[in-house]
Amino acid sequence: MKKLIIALIMMAPGMLHAAGGGNIHLESASINLDNDAAKQRGAKYFVNYCLNCHSLKYERWQRMQEFGLSIDDIKEHLMPANAKPGDLMTIAMKTDDAKAWFGNPAPDLTLETRLRGEDWVYTYLKSFYLDDSRPFGVNNTVFDKVGMPHVLWELQGLRKPIYRFDVTKSGHVEQSFESEAEAETWVREHGGDAELKIHRVVDHLETAVPGKLDDAEYDKVIRDIVTFLAYMAEPVKLERQRLGIWVLLFLAVLFVSAYLLKKEYWKDIH
Amino acid sequence: MSAMQNLVNWIDDRFPMTKVWNEHLAQYYAPKNFNFWYFFGSLALLVLVNQILTGVWLAMMYKPSAADAFASIEYIMRDVEWGWLIRYMHSTGASAFFIVIYLHMFRGILYGSHKNPREMVWLFGAVIYVVMMATAFMGYLLPWGQMSFWGAQVIVNLFQAIPLVGEELSVWIRGDYVISDATLNRFFALHFLLPFILAALVFLHIVALHKVGSNNPDGVEIKKNKDENGIPKDGIPFHPYYTVKDIAGVVVFLMFFAGIIFFWPEANGYFLEKPNFEPANPLKTPDHIAPVWYFTPFYAILRAVPSFAGTQVWGVIAMGVSIVVFFLLPWLDKSNARSHRYKGPLFKYALAIFVVTFAILGYLGVVSATADRTLVAQMLTLIYFGFFFLMPAYTRETSDKTTMTKLYFIAMAIATLATLYYWWFFDGGADGSLLVKLIVTVIAASHFLIFGIKPWLKPEQSKPVPERVTG
Repeated sequence: MKKLIIALIMMAPGMLHAAGGGNIHLESASINLDNDAAKQRGAKYFVNYCLNCHSLKYERWQRMQEFGLSIDDIKEHLMPANAKPGDLMTIAMKTDDAKAWFGNPAPDLTLETRLRGEDWVYTYLKSFYLDDSRPFGVNNTVFDKVGMPHVLWELQGLRKPIYRFDVTKSGHVEQSFESEAEAETWVREHGGDAELKIHRVVDHLETAVPGKLDDAEYDKVIRDIVTFLAYMAEPVKLERQRLGIWVLLFLAVLFVSAYLLKKEYWKDIH
Repeated sequence: MSAMQNLVNWIDDRFPMTKVWNEHLAQYYAPKNFNFWYFFGSLALLVLVNQILTGVWLAMMYKPSAADAFASIEYIMRDVEWGWLIRYMHSTGASAFFIVIYLHMFRGILYGSHKNPREMVWLFGAVIYVVMMATAFMGYLLPWGQMSFWGAQVIVNLFQAIPLVGEELSVWIRGDYVISDATLNRFFALHFLLPFILAALVFLHIVALHKVGSNNPDGVEIKKNKDENGIPKDGIPFHPYYTVKDIAGVVVFLMFFAGIIFFWPEANGYFLEKPNFEPANPLKTPDHIAPVWYFTPFYAILRAVPSFAGTQVWGVIAMGVSIVVFFLLPWLDKSNARSHRYKGPLFKYALAIFVVTFAILGYLGVVSATADRTLVAQMLTLIYFGFFFLMPAYTRETSDKTTMTKLYFIAMAIATLATLYYWWFFDGGADGSLLVKLIVTVIAASHFLIFGIKPWLKPEQSKPVPERVTG
């Protein structure tokens, strides 16, 4: 019977390993949610670059007071003229227009960072590259065939893909080449096995048109945007963690008295 | 007489207040040897109260319509004072309820609390479990996120597999041809009603328990040893002894509960699934649909059973039986002893394997199915049913076999042989790697030999149960 248990336990790691699906490498956003200045800058970038298409429709303008902006700051620099601080952060673009222009309406971003994770959003904003086959001339290594233009191209510049040609056999990469011709030659040398397939993949990106910012400065900008979006995804997160410490301390003290009470009552039970 | 005593007397003349208090708390004698596992009954009650209270407050702010539901949850999370706390208490409470109940059920099986004379206690418990599952399933639709929608879609579609009436039945459940506003509205109504039915069932569960008295880790009947006043020698009044003990247990539980609420409310996507941060979209199927963790063992059983004779109803039946089979437990367990402490070793092995099986099935229900995983799930489904239907074989202590015992044994033998045949020969054999096929074959066959054939040839014997509780 122990054999059975051991066999089952030994199968578990294999199953766990197989569960890891996505193979896209994400860079760490390493944001500091507590950094008010970063959230303020992120709010500015978001309003300037994102808010025309992407709403934050489950959140209100006045929320931004929580990271050090005054109502006047918000009214003057961030809000549209006809909005009120208690209004939801919606957009004017109509869904039908958005469908006609982009194929799909741009998703609301209130919860996007919670859905996809900070690292995904951060890497996504870094991963646009030139691709003539796409309507807006750009594609994305994290989100293939995305319908979004590279809105931040002025800042980052434009990058071109350096392709690599992977020869695969039933899903496993056998060999990688810099040019398609080399890959084809290799396949021919290996008897033209029908199971060998050549895939063009983006190996890395190189600057084609420099932007206003260098890489480090651009990373800082998108880190600010991610910080802002992460905050807006769950504004209460910092507060709940701060409160949680006190709740746990209270329960720890309560446990000591509850335990002593139990001990006192039970001392004559044998 | 004091004014207080006068008031008590006045009430007692009209309502049995003091009598009920004494019968169920101050003079209800519980065995003195309750251990760790006995905290989960009172904790289950605590979580039920938590769910009802937080649920009522959520309902004050929630809007049960397809157009507003998702936004109203975000409104609760952002704009309602302490709304986030109430919502996290409710969402964490749902998972906590199942964790506590699974441990409570495990305790029952471990110490034989299902056995004579506590069958009714066990049956009410099983009804509570089924009603709880229905409540949780309907509640999960309410946030109207992607996983809410598609999870409900998958589960309601199961009813379609039922021959003849399936199509009609699923439309009747949904109130529409797809999951829609009508479905959300009725699920909200039922999700609000069922907890009060649960509370009534809990009342019956406790009434049944107090009629027969509590079991204990030794499975000793404490009422058989009473002192000159008619009080069990191994019993202590529930109040104050177990009330103060349970308060300490409650505080420890609350530390875990608060830890999750304040620091880890999504629990890595198990308590709050990521796709539910996206509003329901009937036009966009998620890549991978998985029910919440507490349903996944049964979901894995559903997926493990192949379609046959042009219908998928077999998987639905297997899943239904895997839940309903808990009701039969009191009559499947034939051993003389209640507690595992005095039963033969086979029962202990079977229970340990069952726990591992349940956990791995739960894992397999979360991940997407591959050919090899399906083979493992099929083997584990056999072992799952083997735990129950071979129980009359491996707990029986005489050589007499009842007709039902023989029928269960034959059913398991047929199921095991059919599975082996399906893996190796049916339609050229099942998909999956040869190695995994060999492993599952060896495990399934030896499981049947050890828990079916071996005790059939030579029944196990319980050890003598002591007169009084130990420790």
